[in-house]
Amino acid sequence: MTESIMELHLLQQYWWLLISILGAALVFLLFVQGGQSLLFGTSGAESRRLMVNSLGRKWEFTYTTLVVFGGAFFAAFPLFYSTSFGGAYWLWMLILLSFVVQAVSYEFRSKPGNIYTYRTYDALLMLNGLVGCVLLGVAVGTMFFGSDFTVNKTDLVATGATTVPVISQWGAGHGLEAIADWRCLLLGLTVFFLARAQGALYFINNIDDARGFGISNRIRVLLNGCIFAVLFIGFVAVLLTSSGARQTADGSFIRESNIYLHNLIEMWWCIPVLAVGALAVLYGIFKSAFSTRWRYGIWFSGVGTVMVVMVLFWLAGYNATAFYPSNAEISSSLSITNSSSTEFTLTVMSYASLVIPVVLFYIIYVWRKMNKEPLTPAELDADSHSY
Amino acid sequence: MNELIGTIDWSRAQFALTAMYHWLFVPLTIGLALIVAIMETIYVRTGQKAWKGITKFWMTLFGINFACGIATGLILEFQFGTNWSNYSWFVGDIFGAPLAIEGLFAFFLEATFVAVMFFGWNKVGKRFHLTATWLTAIGVTLSAFWILVANAWMQNPVGMEFDPTQMRNVMTDFWAVAFNSVAINKFFHAVFSGWTLAGVFVCGISCWMLWRRRNIEAARRSIKTGAWVGLAGLLLTMYTGHGSAVEVARVQPMKLAAMEGLYDGHVNEELILFGIYNSEIETNPQAEPIKAKIAFPGGLSFLANGKTGTFVPGINDLIEGREITPAGDTINTISYRERMSRGAAAQQALRDYDQCVACGDTAGMEIARKEIAANYQYFGYGFLNTPEEAIPPVGLTFYSFHIMVALGMFLLLFFLVALYAVYRRPAFFDKKIVLFIGLLSIPAVWICSQAGWIVAEVGRQPWIVQDKMTTGSGISDIGSGAVQTTFWIFAILFTLLLVAEISIMLRQISRRSKKDIQNDND
Repeated sequence: MTESIMELHLLQQYWWLLISILGAALVFLLFVQGGQSLLFGTSGAESRRLMVNSLGRKWEFTYTTLVVFGGAFFAAFPLFYSTSFGGAYWLWMLILLSFVVQAVSYEFRSKPGNIYTYRTYDALLMLNGLVGCVLLGVAVGTMFFGSDFTVNKTDLVATGATTVPVISQWGAGHGLEAIADWRCLLLGLTVFFLARAQGALYFINNIDDARGFGISNRIRVLLNGCIFAVLFIGFVAVLLTSSGARQTADGSFIRESNIYLHNLIEMWWCIPVLAVGALAVLYGIFKSAFSTRWRYGIWFSGVGTVMVVMVLFWLAGYNATAFYPSNAEISSSLSITNSSSTEFTLTVMSYASLVIPVVLFYIIYVWRKMNKEPLTPAELDADSHSY
Repeated sequence: MNELIGTIDWSRAQFALTAMYHWLFVPLTIGLALIVAIMETIYVRTGQKAWKGITKFWMTLFGINFACGIATGLILEFQFGTNWSNYSWFVGDIFGAPLAIEGLFAFFLEATFVAVMFFGWNKVGKRFHLTATWLTAIGVTLSAFWILVANAWMQNPVGMEFDPTQMRNVMTDFWAVAFNSVAINKFFHAVFSGWTLAGVFVCGISCWMLWRRRNIEAARRSIKTGAWVGLAGLLLTMYTGHGSAVEVARVQPMKLAAMEGLYDGHVNEELILFGIYNSEIETNPQAEPIKAKIAFPGGLSFLANGKTGTFVPGINDLIEGREITPAGDTINTISYRERMSRGAAAQQALRDYDQCVACGDTAGMEIARKEIAANYQYFGYGFLNTPEEAIPPVGLTFYSFHIMVALGMFLLLFFLVALYAVYRRPAFFDKKIVLFIGLLSIPAVWICSQAGWIVAEVGRQPWIVQDKMTTGSGISDIGSGAVQTTFWIFAILFTLLLVAEISIMLRQISRRSKKDIQNDND
């Protein structure tokens, strides 16, 4: 029995690690959304065309990672999936709607017969760039700052006219209150400006600089990178001074001040990962901003982003911390132990996760093959499928 | 309570809306991916540039459709959480796994290689490009497999047991879930129907080109590929459709009864080929359920049980728990009222179990656990107020089933004629009426496909998980006004997308077919 509990505990830790990797990959891949938001303020049809086509060959990675992120939560931590998606209804619906319009905008944008004109599709891409980044950041913010929900599984078979037979019940905001929470919004804006900086870094990497296109992108990198750095420092300060819910040995929860600071100290190995990640992001941003030829800032910034976001997820979910604290009733908070699938399902899913290195291998292989040469207007003119 | 009913109805309507829109695009993606891969294989193997042009022509249409399929699919996956939160917990331990595996095994494959397929013509070698096209087709098919495994599990929940401590179902046998016989039939039935749909699409568009005297050779070559894929798809759809019917008879007999509008079953039951459903039967048990019917004697018995002379229960038989032997003797089995009673007992035992856990009464927990185990088979019936609530909308299920079958028969004739004409009687395609029928077959195959989906999903109501959970008990705690608002947002948005897709497709077909497709190798 003890051995079985240990095994379940390890599987829960493993799956939280995978969730953190997926979440980190998603934040990195939001460079697509950041790049889309940069369409606003870009004059010149040629520049916009290059930007859209550069991102248009990668948008499906972000989209797919978002879907897999949701699917992994459903499979590994179904009580979170059930509680958050069903409760923060408006927050998730707005995120999803912004991604729905993105999916068609690339393909339809420049095709003859697109009855809403390319400007509409560009506007939708910009909307996804803004809403997708900010609200995903807000949604992740609720993992630190909590939401107004209660969980009572017996309500599934509740009787009586006064009881709503739903196990997760929410306050009236249904996710809108999270958007109004300045701390969640701070994380949303941090993610947004990081994505914009990385979008510009990706353009530097992927688009031919023959027309001086790179200079305006280096300015964008500097501007958005500086705003990101300030917001990120602010977010870290808020996070480390925030309280959260700690799960005790008997499974109940207590509120603890400075919980994430305590986690950072207790899980000391997070500190070098966080520091190296943050430095890599800043190196990628500032070296790109002040160099005239260097194209590889996206990789430093990207790897750094993955490291930083993984640490944030670890602070949220490891060390007996509730990764989804309930502000309405602390005992309803969700941790990786009380919201997970069973040992059997997590084991099955762990075998399935062995395919991840294969997936990573073919993604990297194809990415390198497709991005070997920077994108040029001539290539777009010759490509009948260009956007 | 009215608010709750509103939430249930609007959530159900929203899921139906998004699923039906998604199913407009997905079968074409599945089938066209295969057709494009075959065309490109011919190009690579023969080196004929004409086939490259033809491949690129259909690939463009594939891309336009693919985007809409992705857009509508996103909402479906997350909707299990947003609108069905009880359901997500109750079966999440089982249902979440296929969805996550779908993402890992299929979505990344599609996302990676579809970019090579569209943009890699001048960036990678011919064989690598062909591999990417096939991998995209495989990814699309794998994606269909895992989502249909999930769907089939809802219709035939296997490989699991109920754990009262966690108040949810837990997986006990992954292979039983993944290779559930309903899932296997459903997967092949859906994928082959996608081949059929795409085959008709390719033939229909090619007929239009022949009508306008454009790219005659390319159109004929496309008809050959489309019709062979379509015919193979249709024959296999029919074969797996029979398998699906056998499974439905075994695990969802109420659905089968609704498909046939069968209220009182008989030995050697007939299969209705044509009929008009008489809704008066729902209030007057003496009324004739099907009017003006043309039926095949013993057909339904054969369809359901593999031999004539066997009994197929009707809706009233199932509710009353009545079976008739081949000798004509009546056997009483468990009625729906008894099932409701057992379901209610299981639910009460679950509440008792929870209270015993709270006060540490281990003996009481054991008693409650045994009571739950004894009655869990009918757990979902405890959510019903009357046995009649277990009857799906019969009229809609009946008509959808018969429209699907009738159109399937028409499509069989369509492919046979198309193949005969394209190989033996090319002059046949000079007749405008033939070309018009070819064009008209495009909406027909979509109606057939949608009708099939309606049979599967409406026919299984009121169950979200067969016998274990009703659709109404799977909901989230959201107001009906909120769901109504998102319903209309999706209805308007998806309609606008559909209009845009059709407009772009038509313009692409018109514009590109004016050029020489076979030499359009940019």
